[in-house]
Amino acid sequence: MSVQFEPITGRYMHLDLFGRKHRLYVEEAGEGTPLLCLHTAGADGRQYRALMNDERVTRRHRVIAFDMPWHGKSSPPSGWHNEEYQLTSAQYTTMILEIMTALELDRPILIGCSIGGRIALHLALEHPTAFRAIIGLQAGAHVDPYYDLNFLHRPDVHGGEVSAAIVSGLVGPDAPDHERWETLWHYMQGGPGVFKGDLYFYKLDGDIRSRVAEIDTRRCPLFLLSGEYDYSCTPEETLAVAKSIPGSEVAIMKGLGHFPMSENPKEFLKHLLPVLERIGQAASAVAG
Amino acid sequence: MIEALKARVNDDEALVRRGRYLTTTFLLEVGEATSLISIFEGRIVSVTSGPFVMPSSSFALRAPEAEWQKFWSSRPPPGSNDLMALIKRRVLKAEGNLQIFMANLRYFKEALAKLRPAGA
Repeated sequence: MSVQFEPITGRYMHLDLFGRKHRLYVEEAGEGTPLLCLHTAGADGRQYRALMNDERVTRRHRVIAFDMPWHGKSSPPSGWHNEEYQLTSAQYTTMILEIMTALELDRPILIGCSIGGRIALHLALEHPTAFRAIIGLQAGAHVDPYYDLNFLHRPDVHGGEVSAAIVSGLVGPDAPDHERWETLWHYMQGGPGVFKGDLYFYKLDGDIRSRVAEIDTRRCPLFLLSGEYDYSCTPEETLAVAKSIPGSEVAIMKGLGHFPMSENPKEFLKHLLPVLERIGQAASAVAG
Repeated sequence: MIEALKARVNDDEALVRRGRYLTTTFLLEVGEATSLISIFEGRIVSVTSGPFVMPSSSFALRAPEAEWQKFWSSRPPPGSNDLMALIKRRVLKAEGNLQIFMANLRYFKEALAKLRPAGA
């Protein structure tokens, strides 16, 4: 009997971010146009495991996912034990651009979900020429807090258990059980206070409502895909963003929730592959 | 209908095991109808229907009947499929000592979902 290995390679990258040394875990698979993937709050790059294992994606794309500092197999920076982690828009933007430079990615396609979808909107606005195209999953301009975030990090509530329990209903009803629970397991594994620190960006610092209409899709094509069952970033919120940005393209994915690439990859790829195809065709047309 | 909770929860061995450190009484309000649900180490020991004069509970979950009916349908529509979805829409009010609710959030979500049609 022979073992089977996935075609994913993982490496640790040493990178200075915000003036501090970081050790970051980066995974990739495939060859071709770089496709940089951003995970959701409180999770890690494993959310993109299915994209990296799908030959329809990897035969034309170099799919790259990194775990943000404090997440997955990336470490928090030295000194973390006396700090409160809080993600800001400025840090998140810097992190993505620095990682692109370090990996020498030439105008990648960016795909980001939830907080990754939000920062995708920031990047579409502020750094449009750095990307070939931007795909925002579950991307809204703002989400109001709807529970007391302090419950995510206090000693009498298990942080991993509560984080997964809070997001469990965001998974769509048709998700296969093993993908649903894999997705929730990542939340259960999050470090103390990390999900909460990410939500500082999502619910407070990263509000882009007042500027989102300024995104110019002629400089960078923008695709928005959102799951029908997401009550964090609702389809209505994504549709409102799309309506305010001329040239943006939007689709609501039936039966899917907040973690499309991880909770139900088979269904999600039916929506993603045509988008990647179109981005590829547009690039060929320009090159031709 | 709420009475069915006792047998359905207690018959789920894994759910009872996950609730083994949970002993409390909470109040469930379905429109005008109230129930006190007592849990001992993960097992539901009683479901008592109101009205009550002075109900004591650690916390209360209150929502209009129509909202609970959607939540308890076999395939709840978006926005009605989860307790947090109801809270987000401000139709479910969670009040009282919510530490108990949040520390056992998966338990309470799965317990209350037991009132969906069997097999859902």
